[in-house]
Amino acid sequence: MVSLFEFREGLSVSLRALRANKMRSVLTMIGIAFGIWAVTMMATAIEGVGRAFEKSTSAFGSKVVYIQKFAWASGEEEWWKSRNRRNMKVEYADYILHHATLIDAVAPAVATFKDASFGSRTMIAAFITGTTHYYQEASGTTIAEGRFFSQEESDGGRPVCAIGANVAETLFPNIDPIDQVIKVGGFPYRVLAVFEKQGGMFGAFTSDNRIYIPIRSFMNQFGTRRDVTLNVRVAQSADIEDAKEELRGIMRKVRQLNVGQEDDFRINEQELLNRLFRSITAVIASIGFFITGLALFVGGIGIMNIMYVSVSERTKEIGIRKAIGARRRTILFQFLAESAIICMIGGLIGLLFAFPSSLLLNQVLPTAMPLSVVFVALIVSALVGIVSGFLPAYKAAKMDPVEALRYE
Amino acid sequence: MNNNSVVISLQQIKKIYDMGGVEEVQALRGVSLEIQKNEYVAIMGPSGSGKSTLMNIIGCLDTPTSGLYEFNTVNVSEMNDNQLARVRNKEIGFVFQTFNLLARSDALHNVELPLIYAGVPSVDRKRMAREALEHVGLGDRIHHKPNELSGGQRQRVAVARALVNRPSILLADEPTGNLDSKTGDEIMILFEELHRQGNTIILVTHEEYIAEHAYRIIRIRDGMVESDTPVERRAKVLAAVS
Repeated sequence: MVSLFEFREGLSVSLRALRANKMRSVLTMIGIAFGIWAVTMMATAIEGVGRAFEKSTSAFGSKVVYIQKFAWASGEEEWWKSRNRRNMKVEYADYILHHATLIDAVAPAVATFKDASFGSRTMIAAFITGTTHYYQEASGTTIAEGRFFSQEESDGGRPVCAIGANVAETLFPNIDPIDQVIKVGGFPYRVLAVFEKQGGMFGAFTSDNRIYIPIRSFMNQFGTRRDVTLNVRVAQSADIEDAKEELRGIMRKVRQLNVGQEDDFRINEQELLNRLFRSITAVIASIGFFITGLALFVGGIGIMNIMYVSVSERTKEIGIRKAIGARRRTILFQFLAESAIICMIGGLIGLLFAFPSSLLLNQVLPTAMPLSVVFVALIVSALVGIVSGFLPAYKAAKMDPVEALRYE
Repeated sequence: MNNNSVVISLQQIKKIYDMGGVEEVQALRGVSLEIQKNEYVAIMGPSGSGKSTLMNIIGCLDTPTSGLYEFNTVNVSEMNDNQLARVRNKEIGFVFQTFNLLARSDALHNVELPLIYAGVPSVDRKRMAREALEHVGLGDRIHHKPNELSGGQRQRVAVARALVNRPSILLADEPTGNLDSKTGDEIMILFEELHRQGNTIILVTHEEYIAEHAYRIIRIRDGMVESDTPVERRAKVLAAVS
């Protein structure tokens, strides 16, 4: 190993060499700074997409499962199969509620897109959800103002609705929406509640763009031949997998499946979406890191080039050091230290610029530079320095002292 | 101190440079010689005689193609790079014609360098380097950089660096070649003092006048030892010492 004294000598030699060639060192550092900046920004952006997704899907609640005809993440084959399955029915909800022990609430939901309007203001293709009074409990959403419709209103198919934050903003920019009557697909509905804004980039998952109406009203006005989703909230004390197993048994009974017949329904949960999302972001991330990594690679070539120059400029010095007893690894270390220091300073500069850039990015995506990125970036830049400095340093280390001393 | 122990023993040392393909150059064609402890030897020879090659081999900067080289009875002719580096570090002090100091380091750091490679702790290192510089009369110049020193002073720094690890031999290659005759004489006086203090000195030169400071002259011609004789009439610079 290189002794502590040699280590310190190597570092101080490197620093002196950097100071002696300020311009050259700075230019080389810029290359690395760019690379580190790009990679860091990529990491921050990916972090941001992840956070945005999380924020959007938090609307689901982690203990909510969705019994549906389709699986959320499935292959083409399964999709074709599930297309031909029988539709889910509203009546299942009651049956499940009475037979399942591991759940708190079940709310059937049907959905369509209809224009909604108030006076002269219109929201094109609002997401209309027909459901029961259980919905709020089953979905875990929060109401900002007003109240969700009651069992009587739900069972009686009353013309009442609860609206998402974006719907409220669009239709009621200036006045309080509560007790106003809006038109949904041409039919009048009285606004009972406004939901809290959920935000996030994937608006379709959140309540923000939705209008909730009693499922009976929905069926009367927009048709009964619709596929139903059963939102089921698993009891806090129950294990979600146990609950799913119980629901599966109940659903098989409801659907009158014989032993040996495969399930003609799926119990979906947020985790499925997360998995799908993770596999998509993994692909985006690897492509992104590859492209930004190229910037770092180019920086590394710059380092290698400058280190070759540095080594051949200092051939004589290498000869002197060898003559008085420097071993190969001492010389190797000295030059590796130099390139690693250039790269790490470059990396620091890159991070310095990446921080304000990440604040800018935060305007678009809910993100922050992860602290781990700082450490990873510094380690990566040191590695770039060591890898790209290795060949020049090795050249220096194996120089013949006689020839090196003769060099002028 | 045993003044008769052999420090350097060369037996049938040959060095052949392969110039690619059929052509080869025999720089040394079987050199045998012995140098005792506390000897002061000059190696002389015209350029192309093999004198430099011999010096490189004695200095463990290079290895012979064939033959046996024993340094303090240890066979160094088949050592690898790192082992040779260790021998150079501990046993050999080099003084070069062009001084070969590190330009960006001050005198103290230049002298410290062999100690760094030997793994001497910082405090001892600084003290030893300072003592070595005081020993060559540069106690008041330790923080000067080479370009702030005269040629003679630079060569003194180089001598201090060569001696700081207490090597077995001091190997000087044309040490006065880049100096005017007055400073050259001063360096030769320093060498004489070092010799009297018990150092073993090998002086490589092509100048008769310089070689006559030694007690023994080995003449090399065409890669062979031409003559190996004691010096009868030593140079008058010695008068200044005694």
